[in-house]
Amino acid sequence: MVSCLNKNYYVCTGCALLCDDIEVEVSGDQITTIKTACRKGFSRIRGCIEPMPCIVNGKNVDINTAIKDAAKILKNADKPLIFGLGNSTSEAQKQAIKLAKRIDAFIDDTSSFCQGPTLEAILHGKIRTCTLDDVRNRADVIVYWGADPSNSHPRHLSRYSYFPRGEERQRGWEEDRTAIVIDVRKSHTAKICGDKFFQIPLHTDAFFIDALIDALSGKVPNMLFDYDIKNLLKLANILKKAQFGIIFEGFGIYNIEYMETMARLMGKLNEVSNFHLIPMVEHYNMRGFNQNLFEETGFLNRVKFKKCEKGFDVKYGVDYSIMEVLNTKKIDAALIIGSDPMSYLPRSAAEYLLEIPLVSVGPCENFTSRVAKVTIPSALSGVECGGSAVRMDGVKVRFEPIIKRARLSDEEILKRIIEAI
Amino acid sequence: MANAMEIYQFLPKTNCKKCGKSTCMAFAVALLSREVTVEYCTPLKETKFKKNYEKLLEIVAPVEGSTETGLIVHEEKCFGCGNCVVACPVNVANDPQGVGIGRAPTNDKVILQVENGIVRASNIQECRRFGKNRILCNLCIITCPTEAIEFV
Repeated sequence: MVSCLNKNYYVCTGCALLCDDIEVEVSGDQITTIKTACRKGFSRIRGCIEPMPCIVNGKNVDINTAIKDAAKILKNADKPLIFGLGNSTSEAQKQAIKLAKRIDAFIDDTSSFCQGPTLEAILHGKIRTCTLDDVRNRADVIVYWGADPSNSHPRHLSRYSYFPRGEERQRGWEEDRTAIVIDVRKSHTAKICGDKFFQIPLHTDAFFIDALIDALSGKVPNMLFDYDIKNLLKLANILKKAQFGIIFEGFGIYNIEYMETMARLMGKLNEVSNFHLIPMVEHYNMRGFNQNLFEETGFLNRVKFKKCEKGFDVKYGVDYSIMEVLNTKKIDAALIIGSDPMSYLPRSAAEYLLEIPLVSVGPCENFTSRVAKVTIPSALSGVECGGSAVRMDGVKVRFEPIIKRARLSDEEILKRIIEAI
Repeated sequence: MANAMEIYQFLPKTNCKKCGKSTCMAFAVALLSREVTVEYCTPLKETKFKKNYEKLLEIVAPVEGSTETGLIVHEEKCFGCGNCVVACPVNVANDPQGVGIGRAPTNDKVILQVENGIVRASNIQECRRFGKNRILCNLCIITCPTEAIEFV
């Protein structure tokens, strides 16, 4: 909670922007009005339509029994998996890592099949990055590559990147900034950018980057697909003239093969001008999980712990990612925290979750909790419990609860599971 | 959204002047800018124009729900991104340290602000489109990704 001019501002945990200027009116234990938050943040702060029940084997039980049963499942498992945590506070994530060490578990999150490679390059210092406040104050050329912030992070353009006035960009979007969209379809963001929208065919990002590097080096670009070279040269010219450029890399381009090409592009851009990159992280604390695990083990995700004489041994690699452990049926129990893999993983992988005992922890009911053996309701972080999280650009944000309800937070639930084991 | 020509098609087109306007076309324009209501046209009440009368009420219904400047927010399309709030020149002039830099409004002088995930208009008299010396400013329309804002 931040106080400013006698107003109390709260932090919205709807997406990884973590907007810290939300005004809330509360009457009793009900939230009546939410000001400044976008529709995504509004629905997050308003709460769940279907709250998570507290169930063991299809029967309603009290939370102590559910925690005891969850601990029993995880204790008896040889190779348990801990997954999710993108929508949990950093404190809860640290407890989950502690639990993973205790039970020799696989631990992974959604970054293993989305923006893990980019975040890895950033944390290892291979790619230049900056904060969103730098973008607001200084950026003049903003590129949304494979991203549609109008839908994924609705306040991105108005809060940080394109529209606001900054210290060195006093005329804001009207004169000082240029927004560019590179995407396969005309998204809502592309509509705002007008003629600065560069449409490319599906799966051609790597070829497009190569051609762009040629254009930036003053060579004749070699186009491997049908594309107007004049357009490409126009783009290269805008990028060259940038004083402070920023690329927002979205889900449209996340592949590990692209990562290498992207790193080359960033290298080239920094030779001819001044460019930075921020990944468009979706879950509010996915980057927090990656950073916490990185501090602990040196790896961002896809980790397996194993106790040994020295303490514990860490294994890392594609073999330990959620997709691989589900496809090869390596695990025998799973703890899912604040996530819904049943609804977004491919059916071939998700099907295996039906065969193993599943523990689901989270504030709202979802597909995964419906097939779980044990479900434990937790407090909605950012609304019912406080904590800290890491914004998409790596800035740590602390937040306080808006209202107090009796539900336990993820952190407390995980602590009690560790105690019970 | 309806235009004056479309409204004119449903009027009696007799230029009877009973509404106080010199022609039916003038009445259509006045109807669109909310100077008059459909009720001013008395011949429309006759049975032979009954269908036209009902159709006209349907056409002008959204116009009547708009603010004095003709601003309409289509709530089902708006997702509260706040682009219009930060792009509006009056908002920026009235609150440079709040909405001007993308943050929450710090005073009550702003025209547009987001409430419960949808943009709401207030202080309409501050809008550039208000009053006799209005400017046809369209910055909140062109910055809306979903075309949720419209002026009639």
